Amino acid sequence: MDIFIQQLINGVTLGSVYAVVALGYTMVYGIIQLINFAHGEVVMIGAMVAFSVITALAPGGWPPLMVVAAGTIVAIPVCMAIGYGLERIAYRPLRNAPRLAPLISAIGMSIILQHLALLVWSRNFIAFPQIIKSEPYHIGGAIITNVQIAIIATSVAMMAGLALMVYRTRLGTAMRATAQNPQVAGLMGVDINRIIAVTFLIAAALAAVAGVMVGSYYGIAHYQMGSLLGLKAFSAAVLGGIGNLPGAMLGGVLLGVVEALGAGYIGDFTNNWFGSNYQDVFAFIVLIAVLVFRPTGLLGERVGDRT
Amino acid sequence: MSALLQAEGVSKRFGGVQALAGVGFSIRRGEIYGLIGPNGAGKTTLFNLLTGIYLPDEGAFSFDGRLLAGLKPHQVAEAGIARTFQNIRLFANLSALENVMIGRHVRTRAGVLGAVLRDRATRGEEAAIERRALELLEYVGIAARANDAAGSLPYGDQRRLEIARALATEPKLLALDEPAAGMNASETAALRGLLERIRGDGITILLIEHDMKLVMRVCDRVLVLDYGERIAEGPPGEVQKNPRVIEAYLGAPAAV
Repeated sequence: MDIFIQQLINGVTLGSVYAVVALGYTMVYGIIQLINFAHGEVVMIGAMVAFSVITALAPGGWPPLMVVAAGTIVAIPVCMAIGYGLERIAYRPLRNAPRLAPLISAIGMSIILQHLALLVWSRNFIAFPQIIKSEPYHIGGAIITNVQIAIIATSVAMMAGLALMVYRTRLGTAMRATAQNPQVAGLMGVDINRIIAVTFLIAAALAAVAGVMVGSYYGIAHYQMGSLLGLKAFSAAVLGGIGNLPGAMLGGVLLGVVEALGAGYIGDFTNNWFGSNYQDVFAFIVLIAVLVFRPTGLLGERVGDRT
Repeated sequence: MSALLQAEGVSKRFGGVQALAGVGFSIRRGEIYGLIGPNGAGKTTLFNLLTGIYLPDEGAFSFDGRLLAGLKPHQVAEAGIARTFQNIRLFANLSALENVMIGRHVRTRAGVLGAVLRDRATRGEEAAIERRALELLEYVGIAARANDAAGSLPYGDQRRLEIARALATEPKLLALDEPAAGMNASETAALRGLLERIRGDGITILLIEHDMKLVMRVCDRVLVLDYGERIAEGPPGEVQKNPRVIEAYLGAPAAV
């Protein structure tokens, strides 16, 4: 039972990061029906930039929280610039091309970003300086650390903020209208190009924060970390129903929990044939199962009436 | 009365089909201008050219003293032209109120920063948008359905909602593509009242309509298209008697 609760805590932590990344996939898909395969790389760059800033500031003797905050504050605009650049350079010129074209362009951008990161940050695993002391709190027999609490709290706050923005503001209404029918939204005075650019900017800002959270949770960063994380978050978005915001949040948390529980129990169930190093498999088992049994995802794809 | 919209030599070809061939006309401020013609005559194509969805092959529109050439749809909306669609195109998953609020987009400013900061100006603007949207729903008579999803409204109400959404952009010219299609007699009569009220509020109307009774009663002048060409223009009573118009609708008199 203790293991169960422990893995649940770990799963929700990881899952809330997946959820934040999955939101980026789902927002972009919702508005232009493109799977932005370079999104994982934006997360990676967020982690890398934060790493550089934190490493530079760590010896300065500032309060640790301020250092991490500074890393995040620098990572966000860098990622937003990349997200905007992706849209302008790789996707907008292909807006009216067959759907395969921007998809391939996205994969290309993902490779380019990875290798740019390779040039800047080297091919080694990079250790995040552990400036925040991990403090454990006991819940029953399980442990939750202050870092985990911070990750969950930050994710929830960002998701709540995003939901408020999408469902309560003028900008959000325009985004939902554009997702349903860009042509008519244009006729009502919505500048479609602007709304799409804003969507990429928001997705990238979320990715930056997610990058910082993953980096500080695992304590390491690597130029290829974005691809697996991106695929998992994409699976989470599909699990919840791609294009659907609450779906991405639900799918992310669920996927994190499935992964953590799977890793925790796979040894027991298979007589130690498989160990917890098979953790990464679960996300893709979930992805395959969803695609076979419920391709629209748990909360269903919200397809606008396209004409 | 001066001209609000002027079209000169507007042509559009889709592959081998000449959808519009050098059509010209001018709409005066404050009138209800009908656009009629058999199916496939090019009426909806003309709307799509006017609102920037297609680019004309030749010719141009000038609106309120300004050339519309090459404007994007949102810029056309900004210039003061709003439209509805033959096949209703509401944002089905958004509420009726939100649909109208979208229409206010073009006349309001709050951007990303405002959405994040929620400062007083943004909140004030959003409250004003909502108030105005509610007024418009009342104006077209569906305020009671404000919070229902647009897709769940009865057909006639969806048509009204499209008009409310178009009015929200504060147009000088309201272009309606078959607003009475599928309406019964009493709904059509109510629609006629609404059109006259809109005109009374100073908005010029361009009306595509197949319901001839409605066209004859409400329009000041009518333009008749057939196979992409202008075949007649004038007051409805006159156009109705024009032999070319009768031929277009009913076929040539049998040679005896």
